[in-house]
Amino acid sequence: MSEVHAQTVAYVRDTMLPEESPPITEAGAVKWLRDNLFSSWLNALLTIASLFIIYWVLSHILGWIVYGIWDADSLTECRAIRDSLYGEGANVACWAVLGDRWEQLLFGFYPPQVYWRPVAALLVFFLAVAPVMFQRAPKQLLYLTAAAPFLCYWLLWGGSIWGPVLVAAGFGIGYAVLKFATPVIGNLGGMIATVLVPLIYWVVLVGPLAGALDNILPIGIRSIASNQFGGFMLALVIGISGIVMSLPLGILLALGRQSDLFIINKFSVIFIEVIRGVPLIVWLFTASLLLNYFLPPGTSFDLMLRVIIMVTLFASAYMAEVIRGGLAALPRGQYEGADSLGLDYWQSMRLIILPQALKISIPGIVNTFIGLFKDTTLVVFIGLLDPIGLSNSIRATTDWNGIYWELFIFIGLCFFVCCFAMSRYSQFLERKLATDRR
Amino acid sequence: MATMTDPPSEGFRLSQLIYDTRYRSMTIQVVAFILIMSAFYWLANNTAQNLAALGKPINFGFLGTRAGYDINQRLVEYSNNSTHARAAFVGILNTLLVAALGCILATVLGVIAGVLRLSNNWIVARLMGVYVEGFRNIPLLLWILVIFAVMTESMPQPRDFREDGSARMILFDSVAVTNRGIYVPNVVFSRSLGGNEIEQAPVEAPVEAAPRTNAVGTYGSSRIATGGAGVDADAEQSGGPGATQTSGGNLAEGDIIPTSSGLDWLVILGVFVAGVVGARFISRWATVKQEATGVRPTGSFWMQVGAIFLPVIAVLVVLGAQFQYPQLQGFNFGEGIHLRNSLVALWFALALYTGAFIAEIVRGGILAISKGQSEAAFALGLRPSRTMNLVILPQALRVIIPPLISQYLNLTKNSSLAIAVGYMDVRATLGGITINQTGRELEGMLLLGTFYLITSLIISSVMNFYNSSVKLKER
Repeated sequence: MSEVHAQTVAYVRDTMLPEESPPITEAGAVKWLRDNLFSSWLNALLTIASLFIIYWVLSHILGWIVYGIWDADSLTECRAIRDSLYGEGANVACWAVLGDRWEQLLFGFYPPQVYWRPVAALLVFFLAVAPVMFQRAPKQLLYLTAAAPFLCYWLLWGGSIWGPVLVAAGFGIGYAVLKFATPVIGNLGGMIATVLVPLIYWVVLVGPLAGALDNILPIGIRSIASNQFGGFMLALVIGISGIVMSLPLGILLALGRQSDLFIINKFSVIFIEVIRGVPLIVWLFTASLLLNYFLPPGTSFDLMLRVIIMVTLFASAYMAEVIRGGLAALPRGQYEGADSLGLDYWQSMRLIILPQALKISIPGIVNTFIGLFKDTTLVVFIGLLDPIGLSNSIRATTDWNGIYWELFIFIGLCFFVCCFAMSRYSQFLERKLATDRR
Repeated sequence: MATMTDPPSEGFRLSQLIYDTRYRSMTIQVVAFILIMSAFYWLANNTAQNLAALGKPINFGFLGTRAGYDINQRLVEYSNNSTHARAAFVGILNTLLVAALGCILATVLGVIAGVLRLSNNWIVARLMGVYVEGFRNIPLLLWILVIFAVMTESMPQPRDFREDGSARMILFDSVAVTNRGIYVPNVVFSRSLGGNEIEQAPVEAPVEAAPRTNAVGTYGSSRIATGGAGVDADAEQSGGPGATQTSGGNLAEGDIIPTSSGLDWLVILGVFVAGVVGARFISRWATVKQEATGVRPTGSFWMQVGAIFLPVIAVLVVLGAQFQYPQLQGFNFGEGIHLRNSLVALWFALALYTGAFIAEIVRGGILAISKGQSEAAFALGLRPSRTMNLVILPQALRVIIPPLISQYLNLTKNSSLAIAVGYMDVRATLGGITINQTGRELEGMLLLGTFYLITSLIISSVMNFYNSSVKLKER
């Protein structure tokens, strides 16, 4: 009889009890430990094993790192300082090698007076990619993006400014032809002229014109040969050029592989499979040993340029497969929708298909970038001085004979920072572009 | 009012080639074909001119000539009198060996790390995260060099293993980790099918036999070739009476020297494969029985285990199998199998590096299975282990296997980084020393590329076959 509740029940509490704190095992650090580290006997075992591993590793390397010696000119001096500080044979690092040789590890044999140039080129690169990578960057920077390849080339290799300027002008000429000649000679003629005129200009005119202009108005900076490039800068130059050029090439190859046109399809398939089937080392050896066979007699060709071309082709084949996955993952309705809107092939690709396909394949694309960047270390085998090659030559000097770990750690950290940053950026981009499951 | 009429039937106009979609694709393809072919012609023509100028017409005859260099690790009989083709074959086998070893270890590491990274144990998950990110973001070449340096710089010398030395062998005195490589026990047979030699009275080694190149180290390494036919016989011949002394150990005169030959291992492999096939038959029989009666015959699992292992054990006993432990002889280890530093560094680096990628694949595969699947399985009353085996794993494997095989492919191609530590793989023999000695860059690189290409195509066609067989059957 609920109406007479008050009469039937002897006592009703009319005040709230104060909140009790949870039991000690269900709150704070203890709960966290119980949940995350000791939830079962297997987990407890794993935790203890992990702690032991961490302790073991740290006990071996922490002192070695922290007590490392920073101020010495050679390994023998390092050891003398160590013996006086910590006693005979103590196990400590000799970071002095980094202080002594960091310039070499970063820049190779680039002349020290002009170290500002690669640094400036790197800054230009960062400014140029900012508007592409982040929406908040000012859009005016896109002009710098267009100019960056030529500017970076000029900063790194130096020489007369007229070469890069005239090559860049070729693109302007092409655009002008497209704009003004197409109404006169029709779509097809315009298209062909847009390709042919700049090509003829680059092959025939640029060389003599640059020479002439340089005679009239010599503007230039000190020219640096490719064989003076080295160290981490070399890895960055090869890696960034490969990354920038392999993406468009990879998109074209992926489209070719998805194409209905028999010959284009088969050519793309063969190209991709052959490139992917053979290790990069073999391609690099091909570039260094064989490329002279394939070119007209008497042509000689900068080794670094060959490597960049090979790395680009190699990465573009992998890129093509990643993007093909993205293209294949799009529902058929998207293709059919684009067709039913009356868009032609390139319009539908540009406006409908590729934006979605590229979004799907971002993780794969960035993984390819990271792989390419790590693979730049392989150039050491054909005689370019990348950081690993330089570490060998540092070890070969009498001062630093026998030093391993410090150099490996430095090189590894440099690569780790770059690659880790790239993978974090790809995760950021994925989150930003995840429009479908908000 | 407009009347619909057929368009006037005109003859074929040239402009249709471009503006008519029926012909345009044809035009594009023909133009592309002409461009590609002319590019090929240009390259081929240049090559022909250059080769003619150098006086080096394409000729694969160099493969039949004497190689003249030694290979310190070989799975089949080889000496510097063998041909370049034989050297290339030895290199191919070495490549395949490190690739196979690497794939196995990488799979084990990757699966463990991938599962542990999903563990709700905070510290283990973080530790695995460090492993995966560390190996994925640092070049493989650096890892190979680091592990090689660890092996050569930080490990004890063989002489430290003497009674008064500082180092000890691990795993019940069976494995010695030295700065010259790792020595592990070898399996030898006292009733080998290849025939055993009898210990002879020690003979003073003739002076001519002394400078033979394959001294103890090389001799030991040839034992890597546990499957290689006639390796020991060859070493005995080339070594003369001196070799018996090195391999004899502490045997008395007249004892049988236990040895292993390729024939033994072939027989064991055959028996093992037959056992696996038999186990499959037992399993099928049990399934048929279960479907007919509802009860799986008791002990069918143990019958399968027995079918696989009992015959192998029987054969091992018949052949008189025994371990041959590495023993310190003078300044180095003898007996046992010598895993060279180059092999160990390459193997571990490849496995750890690829394992990090496989861990991510496994993690992704498990995460890709929606939670509803395991909840539905629990609702059906399946135990957690059977849920894993019957519901989660079959679906996760479908996601995991294709990228896994492409990682195997990458590992095989990355094994060409052997160049960093001087492991004699196919790139070092055919693509390295052979090219340098004969000057046949074009032919050598062509053959090398073809080998890798064929390997890749075989692996990827196997993958496609597997993919299509496990694909969800859709209409």
